[in-house]
Amino acid sequence: MTALSKAPLLARYAESLFWMARYLERVENLARVIDVTQTFESPGRPAQAWESVVRINADEALFRERYGLPQPDTVRRFYLLDVDNPTSIPASVAAARRNARTLRPLISTEMWRQMNEFHGWVAALTEEDVAPDRLSSLCTRIKEAVQLQTGITEGTFYRDQGWLFLELGRQIERADQTTRLLDIKYHLLLPSVADVGSALDLSQWHALLRAAAGYHAYRRVHPRGLTPASVADFLLLNGAFPRSTLLCIRRAEAMLDDLRHRYGLNVAGPAERLEEVRAGLEERSIERIIDVGLHEFLDWVQRMLIAASAEIGTAFFRDWRPAAGGA
Amino acid sequence: MSTELRARFDPSTLAPSAGVFDGYEPSPFFCELTSPRLGDGGALALIHRRLSALSLDDFRRRTAQAERDLFNLGITFTVYTEANAIDRILPFDPVPRVITAGEWRMLEAGVVQRVRALNLFLHDIYHGQKILQDGVVPAGLVLGNPNYRPEMQEFPVPFGTYVHICGIDIVRDEKGIFRVLEDNARTPSGVSYVIENRHAMLRAFPDLMQGIALRPVDGYGIKLLEALCDIAPQGVDDPQVVLLSPGIYNSAYFEHVFLAREMGVPLVEGADLVVENERVFMRTTRGLSPVHAIYRRIDDTFLDPTVFRPDSLLGVPGLVSAWRKGNVALANAVGTGVADDKAIYAYMPRIIRYYLSEEPILANVETLICREPEGLAATLANLERLVLKPVGESGGYGITIGPRASQAELEAARAKLIADPANWISQPMIGLSVAPTLTPDGLRPRHLDLRPYAVTGRETWVLPGGLSRVALKAGSLVVNSSQGGGSKDTWVLVQE
Repeated sequence: MTALSKAPLLARYAESLFWMARYLERVENLARVIDVTQTFESPGRPAQAWESVVRINADEALFRERYGLPQPDTVRRFYLLDVDNPTSIPASVAAARRNARTLRPLISTEMWRQMNEFHGWVAALTEEDVAPDRLSSLCTRIKEAVQLQTGITEGTFYRDQGWLFLELGRQIERADQTTRLLDIKYHLLLPSVADVGSALDLSQWHALLRAAAGYHAYRRVHPRGLTPASVADFLLLNGAFPRSTLLCIRRAEAMLDDLRHRYGLNVAGPAERLEEVRAGLEERSIERIIDVGLHEFLDWVQRMLIAASAEIGTAFFRDWRPAAGGA
Repeated sequence: MSTELRARFDPSTLAPSAGVFDGYEPSPFFCELTSPRLGDGGALALIHRRLSALSLDDFRRRTAQAERDLFNLGITFTVYTEANAIDRILPFDPVPRVITAGEWRMLEAGVVQRVRALNLFLHDIYHGQKILQDGVVPAGLVLGNPNYRPEMQEFPVPFGTYVHICGIDIVRDEKGIFRVLEDNARTPSGVSYVIENRHAMLRAFPDLMQGIALRPVDGYGIKLLEALCDIAPQGVDDPQVVLLSPGIYNSAYFEHVFLAREMGVPLVEGADLVVENERVFMRTTRGLSPVHAIYRRIDDTFLDPTVFRPDSLLGVPGLVSAWRKGNVALANAVGTGVADDKAIYAYMPRIIRYYLSEEPILANVETLICREPEGLAATLANLERLVLKPVGESGGYGITIGPRASQAELEAARAKLIADPANWISQPMIGLSVAPTLTPDGLRPRHLDLRPYAVTGRETWVLPGGLSRVALKAGSLVVNSSQGGGSKDTWVLVQE
């Protein structure tokens, strides 16, 4: 048994670390979703693909109020340029930076510097930068900026409790985001069941895997063929793919274990929630999940993660509020 | 400078070059680079030659890069307008301000002396008040001062130290004589720029200081932490020190972060702390954890809503009573603001003589005290040549600069002075020293001051050099960052 570390961590810092990681993960995933949506856009029904982005982020009401019916250009603007949309990429980067600013006494100078530069760049994006022909490379750059931050963090951030809270936030957000990525397909396919299994449909599942950076990993498990069920199985239940929901939840549980063993924290509340959602994933086959309803299941996972997050707040952050926004 | 040192210089940097110093004319002011001084070991001439060898383009390019770095590193203060929060850097001037070893010995001794006197004065006015009874300082000036805190009476502080962190603003007159302009005994800011300016200089102008030995500036965090541990409650083995900040919206937040990092202690906000049973705790992931010493960057009146302003959300209810119980140390102590008041400043030379039986090492700017008949008479007779300052105000409010005032302004000032002489002091107008400063026209003389920082726990330590603030506008005497001031790296030479 390792001796308990003496250095205390301010509850406010722990919460800011948790949220900074969540906002960054959100930014990376939104960039992935926008990128894949452009690929989904098929002749005749471009608006539908973009509409699904609004829906999976549960932004329908705010979007309607600001822009009316979803069109490709307004959805792009809503998520890439609109700082008044709290779920937009610039708003999330700003929120991550606000947390980083609170955390400056704790995080490395290199983390702060990159965050600052990232924020400066994103805040200065213009209509021209988000034009369709530049969109894919823009999304790549956004993704890479988050990955750069992740790498700097890995290489420079001191590994005490703070690191565990950061990882906890990252894994919970990633678990959630993968369910949302999968949900796009559900939303897209719902109105046209006839397409299921068609060439168009399969190419879209391909695109989905690529958006999650999972195509090659998927191929290692399934060298031949591609079925929607096996892709959903891979993204939700694979035990080795870094963005699979099950793996992320197991990682989050490992962070809680460390917080308990090495720092003596009482993790019972959140641990129980995470165990429940993990068991829910482990004990069901993908066939069973699809039979009962993929969308409903994803919805349940999302609600459980929100509940786990609330337990984390109660257990460690007390009455603190995040620096901006919420779950 | 030794011939050995000279031999090490890259010949190309010694090549004379017309250019950046063309049209540089500091007179009638004292120039911190070109006015002749003794005991610089040849460093001033060497620095001058190296600067001359740079082209204006090179200067601009390197300075722009240095300022970009400062911005990206977030070494900024935030200006809030109605709609936006804009991050600004303190403009960085790349020409260093040089202090010789001999000058620094004198400045350091003068600062130490002044801090001793300030602490003895504070101890006295919160205890026996001998200096008031002896009539050296008028009692009304102290006891009626809004920053005098009766709550502090008869309350002992460790080592008699009230002012743990002190910043003393010093200017240099036409003859090159250093004079104290102001004491900052509450929460002086700016020390982070001293260290960051040195780092910026090392990044952008490493060739300029090559082979010139400078006193290092990076020991500040360690000394500050030592002082805070010194004053922590006795019997605590490994005291938990924290820095208490008003939070990210404070314009000095960067400095709070900087100091917390340098000391390796948590930066807390009021809501992170809680007082239970007259002990201070911070809220951590594992519950409440004890705190023993607080470097607070919050004014007295916001510190504890149960004692001072009840509407303060920045402070910690019960903090002052925990402090009075001796369960936590506070730096600076409550009630130091009375000592750095303009009215008291005028008496500082007498205060130093009274407690230390020594002559002040650092002179004040000559000050006429108008509550005294001779001072009033001399002020009235010379109003058009003097700077007239109200004693209660700060930040330059209510000042009349005689040589720059209209006849009507002078008459208005005269009327106010006669109506309430005790509210005024007057000083001659000082021609502040200048240093070469990068401007669009090349290097030009600009006025500057110096703020050394002294840290006192058991004893006093002074950070070598200090913050050199420079007025970037031609002729301006205002060095404040809020009014277009910038800053320079301050070099204290090791060799004589």
